[in-house]
Amino acid sequence: MLRNLTLTQALAAIKTGEINTAEITGDVLSSIEAQNPTLNVFLHVNRDAALQSEKMTSQPLAGLPIAFKDNICTKGLPTTAASTLLEKFIPPYDATVSRRLKTAGATIIGKTNLDAWAHGSSTETSQFGTTLNPRNPQHLPGGSSGGSAAAVAGNMCIASMGTETAGSIRQPAAWCGVVGLKPTYGRVSRSGLVAMASSTDSPGPITKTVADAALMLNYLAGHDPLDGTSSTQDVPDYTASLGCEIKGMKIGVLYLEMSELAHLKRFYEPVLKILADLGAEVEFTQALDPHYAISVYTVIQRAEVSSNLGRYDGIRYGQDRTYFGAEAKRRVMLGTYTLSKGYADQYYHQAQKVRTLFLDDYDRLFQKYDVLISPTSPGFAKKIGASEGSAMFGELEDMLLEPSSITGLPGISVPCYRDPDTNLFLGLNIMAPMWREDRVLQVGDAFEQATLWNSWRQHD
Amino acid sequence: MTNSTYHLVCGLEVHAELKTASKMFCSCVNDPFGAAEPNIHTCPVCLGMPGALPVANQKAIEWTIKLGLALGCEINLFSKFDRKHYFYPDLPKGYQISQYDLPFCHDGHLETSQGTVRIRRIHLEEDTGKLQHKTINGQKVSLIDFNRSSVPLVEVVTEADIISPEQAKEYSKKLRQIMRQLQISDCDMEQGTMRLEANISLSPNPQAAADDELPAYKVEVKNINSFRFLEQAIQFEMQRQTLVLDAGEMPTQETRGWDADHNTTFPQRVKEDAEDYRYFPDPDLPPIQLDAAQIETWRSELPELPAARVARWSNKFGVEPKYGQLLSEELGRESFFEDIFTRLITIKADPNVWANFYSNKKITVKSHENIDDLASKFVEMTKVDEMSGVELSPIIDQVIGEFPQEYENFKSGKTALINFLIGQTLKKLGKKVDVGRVKQAWEAKL
Repeated sequence: MLRNLTLTQALAAIKTGEINTAEITGDVLSSIEAQNPTLNVFLHVNRDAALQSEKMTSQPLAGLPIAFKDNICTKGLPTTAASTLLEKFIPPYDATVSRRLKTAGATIIGKTNLDAWAHGSSTETSQFGTTLNPRNPQHLPGGSSGGSAAAVAGNMCIASMGTETAGSIRQPAAWCGVVGLKPTYGRVSRSGLVAMASSTDSPGPITKTVADAALMLNYLAGHDPLDGTSSTQDVPDYTASLGCEIKGMKIGVLYLEMSELAHLKRFYEPVLKILADLGAEVEFTQALDPHYAISVYTVIQRAEVSSNLGRYDGIRYGQDRTYFGAEAKRRVMLGTYTLSKGYADQYYHQAQKVRTLFLDDYDRLFQKYDVLISPTSPGFAKKIGASEGSAMFGELEDMLLEPSSITGLPGISVPCYRDPDTNLFLGLNIMAPMWREDRVLQVGDAFEQATLWNSWRQHD
Repeated sequence: MTNSTYHLVCGLEVHAELKTASKMFCSCVNDPFGAAEPNIHTCPVCLGMPGALPVANQKAIEWTIKLGLALGCEINLFSKFDRKHYFYPDLPKGYQISQYDLPFCHDGHLETSQGTVRIRRIHLEEDTGKLQHKTINGQKVSLIDFNRSSVPLVEVVTEADIISPEQAKEYSKKLRQIMRQLQISDCDMEQGTMRLEANISLSPNPQAAADDELPAYKVEVKNINSFRFLEQAIQFEMQRQTLVLDAGEMPTQETRGWDADHNTTFPQRVKEDAEDYRYFPDPDLPPIQLDAAQIETWRSELPELPAARVARWSNKFGVEPKYGQLLSEELGRESFFEDIFTRLITIKADPNVWANFYSNKKITVKSHENIDDLASKFVEMTKVDEMSGVELSPIIDQVIGEFPQEYENFKSGKTALINFLIGQTLKKLGKKVDVGRVKQAWEAKL
């Protein structure tokens, strides 16, 4: 079916004239219509633009249907951040990532569900209902970019856009058995993302393959005059990292020896072996205990959230503060507390100091290793309802990703195991030094090519 | 009024909008007062829309630092912007981007005739929108105009060194003159591009600020939109606080407004604790690292400032500081004054007399007139005919003969009559003479 095409395959087929964009878009729309009523992946489907996608065939992305997480501003299309507070908000402007992908010829096929304001790792805090995991609808898709990961997993788009603050791209990608790339903080503009934690928010692609992620990043990366924190560094051609050997590469393995992750060891040992067979030097190594990262992340993130949500004061956007959900209220209260006089030093400033320790720790590790790897998440996708009553659900699920998030490092999650009974996946998280997305793509691609864990590879 | 002696302890906070082409954190036109309609100079950034990010205006940073250099400040080479949180309808993000612990400039000073006023800090921030309370179709409504939202605003904060209402006024006027000289702000008090706030308290110690013995309370007076009101507000507060202190009480720590209709201040808000603005570094704006060479370049670009010019004119032309100060206030005429003084010195005329005539509008200068002509005209005006003592004494006798009663009164102590007698003498002389000599002659009669 056309909906199963990867971005790379679809572009190739359109180029040769074998298939046209409208056929693909039509099939993707049918896929959405068939599955969305039960899976609740899209909050808004952009049928009008989808019908016009044919006109963009000659452009680099050929009008192909790309899904956008609903906290990314899209001009003229609702952008709710999955909160009823923004139910009536239609942005008068495009986020830079929306504009860049549109300019490259992408069709925004729809806006996907997420945890409200991106607060969570399950989509269960969404005020528009939970998204179900297309791989197994009794399970969660992860989050906060759960809708975007589910849209890819369910072939309801060719690729999608997510945002990550601490695991929000990679964790749902792992749970849904797709590829999620979190670029270096500052590599891709944040302009137009409904701000969550401004100092760690990073938009990035969720795709079917590593090659698709590399291609997407080519259009997303680069300096943006509208974002003072975006980098002016040159952008390489990320597709040049594909199909390269990883022979001689030094790979450090993190966290797998933690007692809490003992149950995962048998799934990841084969992964290490594959990387070693590809010629990499793989060894276990020690990093700062990721539990500290939870504290650092929680304090900094809550503080920034309390500040960023202050603008929804009931005067604009048509809805007042009673429309905030319980999770947002909890975070605003905690963040307000940690920034208050007398407490800011104890919490916020202290957390920033510990953040620096994590930076130093990674500097030390990357002097020895080209990349670091770890499980993406402490386990398989959890069952629907798992996050209820657990205020720290996301933090615990994202624990293995938080150290690299608070330090702004790039990372990718690629599928590395599928449970034949549940059809649920595990992800391999690959991290590199700042600005070295090329390396995570290189290792991710080499691993993907050497295994059949990627569902779309089986259609090659 | 009272027997007790209290001394004013006063610090000023002056806000001024910078007249950069674009706003502080977006590319919108910075022209809130020239805008034809409300909310036309706006964009997602200055409206605080979801996802919109600020990007700092480099020109505004340069100008803030130049102001700091002009006021002898030290410059923080490493600086940053912070978020200051509070709720108000004209503040679209729920926080104002300001500077907390690392302002661009600190520890400067401005000289006044009553002593040095130390500048504690100068920081850069963004202005808010403006509320308008109107009645439309019989309905009372509050409207918000965001044309002013995110216009660059500098805040200059002094130490509590000001000891008199007059000094407060002089300081503010000098500060305005410097900002105008630097061409960074219009400093229009009526439009609110310059706003004054005074922190006022009284102490028995005449040098409380210097001794670092500040009173245990302070009263902040806001909404002052003229130098005269500043002076009056401080005078009023001094009287009001004296009565409270004389009654053995401590004035309430509070914010008061200035009521220009009744020449009084009135309570607005009691400040029991310092407010909690939950400052933290704005993660949207990377810290600013400046290099010392850049600062020196900016320093070298500063125009000659009023104090330096007054001193230089005094040394070079013998122009008295009071005239130097007065003429310095006329922006853009510095080189004209320079030329005329040079010419006057060359032809041995007195620049102080010229400056006196000029400031009293006895001389008007037309734009096409050249310096030599102007100088010649001035010499003509002040030319004195020759006059001998032999000529003068019979005339004086004539005047005494005509006005014997006035002369008697003059002699018996009504000295003000001298002007009348001088006038009559000059009339009879019928030529331009040195008035001083005529005056001396009459004084000799006493």
